[in-house]
Amino acid sequence: MTETILKVDDLKVWFDVKKPGAMPWTRPRKLKAVDGVSFELNAGETLGIVGESGCGKSTLARAVMQMVPIEAGSVVWLGDDLTGLDTRRMRPHRKEMQMIFQDPLASLNPRMTIGQIVAEPLKTHFPGLSAAKVKARVQDVLDTVGILPNLVNRYPHEFSGGQCQRIGIARALIVDPQLIICDEPVSALDVSIQAQVINLLMDLQKETGVALIFIAHDLSVVKHISDRVMVLYLGNVMEIAPAAELYDRPLHPYTEALISAVPIPDPVLERQKQVMLLDLDLPSPLDPPSGCVFRTRCPIAEPGCAQVKPVLADKGREHLVACHLR
Amino acid sequence: MSNGMAILNPQQPRTAAMAERMAEVKGRSLWADARARFLRNKAAMVSVGVLGAVFIFAFFGHLVTPYDNETIDWNVLGKVKELGKPSLANGHYFGYDDSGRDLFARVVQGTQVSLMVGVIGAAIAVIVGTIYGAVAGYIGGRVDSIMMRFVDIAMSVPYMFVLILLLVVFGRSIEMIFVGIGLTAWLDMSRIVRGQTLSIKNKEFIEAAVATGVPSFTIIRRHVVPNLLGVVVVYATLLVPQMILTESFISFLGLGVQEPLTSWGALISEGTSTMNYGTLWQLFFPLAFFVVTIFAFFFIGDGLRDALDPKDR
Repeated sequence: MTETILKVDDLKVWFDVKKPGAMPWTRPRKLKAVDGVSFELNAGETLGIVGESGCGKSTLARAVMQMVPIEAGSVVWLGDDLTGLDTRRMRPHRKEMQMIFQDPLASLNPRMTIGQIVAEPLKTHFPGLSAAKVKARVQDVLDTVGILPNLVNRYPHEFSGGQCQRIGIARALIVDPQLIICDEPVSALDVSIQAQVINLLMDLQKETGVALIFIAHDLSVVKHISDRVMVLYLGNVMEIAPAAELYDRPLHPYTEALISAVPIPDPVLERQKQVMLLDLDLPSPLDPPSGCVFRTRCPIAEPGCAQVKPVLADKGREHLVACHLR
Repeated sequence: MSNGMAILNPQQPRTAAMAERMAEVKGRSLWADARARFLRNKAAMVSVGVLGAVFIFAFFGHLVTPYDNETIDWNVLGKVKELGKPSLANGHYFGYDDSGRDLFARVVQGTQVSLMVGVIGAAIAVIVGTIYGAVAGYIGGRVDSIMMRFVDIAMSVPYMFVLILLLVVFGRSIEMIFVGIGLTAWLDMSRIVRGQTLSIKNKEFIEAAVATGVPSFTIIRRHVVPNLLGVVVVYATLLVPQMILTESFISFLGLGVQEPLTSWGALISEGTSTMNYGTLWQLFFPLAFFVVTIFAFFFIGDGLRDALDPKDR
């Protein structure tokens, strides 16, 4: 089960940003949403991606799905390079990787019944399938995610947020994908429903062997579900390590700060806890700091950090970190 | 589903068995909700009734009168003020027009033409405008810029001038009115639809469809258009009276539909020109139909807007 299914190499996604009110011919500035991210994903594995808002988590997911134009680098999926494939040649790969979204209700078309919504990927990729087979499969998948299959004719607004997310998961599952990218699938749900959805995802993974890329900004959720965790900051990878290793022995100062900020569900311990606060705000990705992008907020930064950009270095135990000093 | 841990296995046989016993539940679509709200709107429902009556009048009015719209009653001609008054007794319910023809039959004919112009004109505008706007908005980027700049340029041409020019150059016919109105009416529609498309395009369900690999035109047809149809329907009901007004104005100027055809605008024009002779009913009847119909459309449009977007009241 250690076969690599996804290999992302030095992926860069830059967006053109024009100043408001600029002339049409002025050259746009580049917003470096993802700036040289590399990682590998094994079959059946869960990779958690954490980072604060605007660090490029969602953009990275969309770049892997080939939904945003890629500036440089490559995404190799099951041995095929996906970068630069046109929509027609990309289509066969779309059924192998599916996506779950942050806002459960907004990710379902309000004018379609959930039966139609869940059936859509199946009908897109297997247009020859008979209506009876599609229906049977839809009911099967809905049953798997814990939605009563006799509700297929209902509309999304008749379901709760957690149920909508289950429907979203059913839609992703129906084509038997090998990878599901979960873009903050539980951030919009309340805590008890979060647990249900996460457990559902973990059960499904156990059953089908699907790999997950799990994006979240809640570190405890990520720790619970992930085999390995990747920490992003300003479109750069700071640290990748197995989940337990990362939480027990964070090497990067940014990871330390993130972990120290996780609330502990015990008021006594919570009051004693030292939170490592970072100075300043997140720098603009339009104008990232030179050298190490984290140096402007890093408590241990040295003058040398501004010169050279650190590369991910293996510190043993599959623990990779991008820091000059650790 | 109280215990999150046991979603999959222990409950599964039970849910399956439960589903077996239960029939499929029918959902309430947003359309059904909107219909219920619309049916509760009294002004709109009265307007629907009035409009229905106008349509029945247009299609079956000729069956109620023994007179047709082209026979001239030579006895009345020249003495319309004295002999041509509306009368239930002689069957000329709306009286005579200035040429001694039965005005009821003329109004039936005019109603047919005006409604046809309104409905067909609005339909052309809606279909062309929706497709154009949705494609421009969904594809975006340079295609969008080019398509919308074209609309801007077309809009900057004074359309009444173009319409009059068309009618003068290619002859006055009802087909030419359709062409002229069709050329300009879809422009507004395409702008509105493009704006709506831009906001729908960024919704996650569109992203989900893209991620699934649904082809672009299927996305437009299946995900974009049904979600902007509410706005389109409202605008279309407001477009119909606008079409009728345009046609009436053109006909009032004498450039629109030509004898022996007629329309509300042409009849009103005739009515105003004979006002001085004291035959006010020639103005009153077509004008009443015109005003009532336009009001009905506006009330229905209002009701639809409230029904389709209850937040936007």
